[in-house]
Amino acid sequence: MPPHQPADRTPASVVDALFRRESGRVLAGLIGRLGDFDLAEEALQDAFTVALEKWPGDGVPDQPAAWITTTARNKAIDRLRHGRRQGRRRLELEALARSVSSAGADSQEENALSPIVDDRLRLIFTCCHPALAAEARVALTLRTLGGLKTPEIAAAFLVSPAAMGQRISRAKAKIRDARIPYRVPGDADLTDRLAGVLSTIYLIFNEGYSASSGDRLTRSDLCAEAIRLGRLLAELMPDESEVLSAVALMLLHDSRREARVDEGGSLVLLPDQDRSRWDRAQIEEGMGLVAKAWRMGAPGLYGLQAAIAAEHARSVDGSAPDWERIANLYGLLETVNPSPVVRLNRSVAVSMTGRNEEALAIVDELLADGGLAGYRYLHLSRGEFLARLDRYEEALAAYGNVVRLSENQVDRSFVGKKLADLQQRLADGPGPSP
Amino acid sequence: MKYLLILQGTEGEEQANMTPDQMIAAMEPWNRYTQELVKAGAFLAGEGLYPSASATTVRHVEGGDRIVSDGPFAETKEQIGGFYLLDCADLDDALAWAKKVPVGPGSAVEVRPVMDFTDFGYETPDATTPTG
Repeated sequence: MPPHQPADRTPASVVDALFRRESGRVLAGLIGRLGDFDLAEEALQDAFTVALEKWPGDGVPDQPAAWITTTARNKAIDRLRHGRRQGRRRLELEALARSVSSAGADSQEENALSPIVDDRLRLIFTCCHPALAAEARVALTLRTLGGLKTPEIAAAFLVSPAAMGQRISRAKAKIRDARIPYRVPGDADLTDRLAGVLSTIYLIFNEGYSASSGDRLTRSDLCAEAIRLGRLLAELMPDESEVLSAVALMLLHDSRREARVDEGGSLVLLPDQDRSRWDRAQIEEGMGLVAKAWRMGAPGLYGLQAAIAAEHARSVDGSAPDWERIANLYGLLETVNPSPVVRLNRSVAVSMTGRNEEALAIVDELLADGGLAGYRYLHLSRGEFLARLDRYEEALAAYGNVVRLSENQVDRSFVGKKLADLQQRLADGPGPSP
Repeated sequence: MKYLLILQGTEGEEQANMTPDQMIAAMEPWNRYTQELVKAGAFLAGEGLYPSASATTVRHVEGGDRIVSDGPFAETKEQIGGFYLLDCADLDDALAWAKKVPVGPGSAVEVRPVMDFTDFGYETPDATTPTG
């Protein structure tokens, strides 16, 4: 069939959209019933290939997702009959696949379509298991639950499709060989394991949000994907306040994405951002989730971060953020997550309350600790505090460090403006205060 | 499914200088842990090893030669001090046992799934077969 004929475009785009929307759900169900990650994935790919072949001629079936599920089951049985799997395991799997098929035939088709909630939740916990490396968790989660194809994930993480394919197949081999279970952990481990799931989703978001290099368009897709995964998790675990908070945090950050960069591509800091470019719907939803999560109990890592983001988002209506409260929230966050980056953020909030000396003392301490010496935002903040204290020579040196450390053109041109501004002030003579 | 728990730690002089009473006291948590494994039906085997200074390595080199040399695989600070062979349902089960091994701080427990060759005609000798 000619490639540009409209008749074959529609089914192909239906298949594509269906893959994005439903592959995670169907795959989760297949893995749950077959107990074999690889077999389920192969069968699902087969089913989509058949759909691409048949639908342009036969038309799209009434219930495409149910059609895919049934076809994938049959393909799983075919693969078992003709495949490499041998011995007892093969017999076990064949019996499983047959039972799945007959159950599907007996019951209503919509039964196959009904949300297999537990299976998707199991799949998330398997993909984000602590026995897998963080980068493998990210790739596997995007591929299985996000319905992203390997080359798409590779492009977003700036590695070759071959390398990404290898990363994913190594992770799947470990799931199989080490027998990483396909289940939601028990109460004793749930908090820890949920933290691992949330950190994986947030890592995907951050990769999209604070790109240190690369193509911006592909990157923003990662933000949308992370929010979608977060929403899914919130739907599956509605009583977990940290899940709601994580979704809120991502929404509140994402609401400002358009305003973070100006037309020339330069980074715009929060106080200078055009509020009209903030996404109000996302802010409203995020603030609602923050309030709901805080009513559920003591806030954790994400509850505190989301509360800070919500405080910033309040200024969408022109009201000033409560910097004292933000500084206190960062103080609480330090007790949950004593990281130097959190301390750096607290220093910024402290500076905004007008206590620049105190803010400078915090960053100087961080600089002395050495852990963040190569972190460009530390030098950027230090430059800001020094400039506010009219110590322009030192501020210039700090901004010089930012330029030296940045790989990102947007950051560089931002600092370039700061440098020019400071050099002008120095040329104009001593600052306003003695 | 079988898992091998490889116990790794920094070798010290402590054991060599212990009195018999101290040795018995030091063994107490290990006895308790092993009994717990047996009770749960997870224990297949487990032993402690002499320090790596007692190790001899036989290298199989190209051309069929076997080279016998003094010492462990690698002369690193961390050495294998013992092992447990366990029968567990899955990795989470094995990791839960690995978290309970009474090794001291600074030690590590590596968890390795054991390959199953029974489908390929390999018969596991009785000594390591769980009852039944």
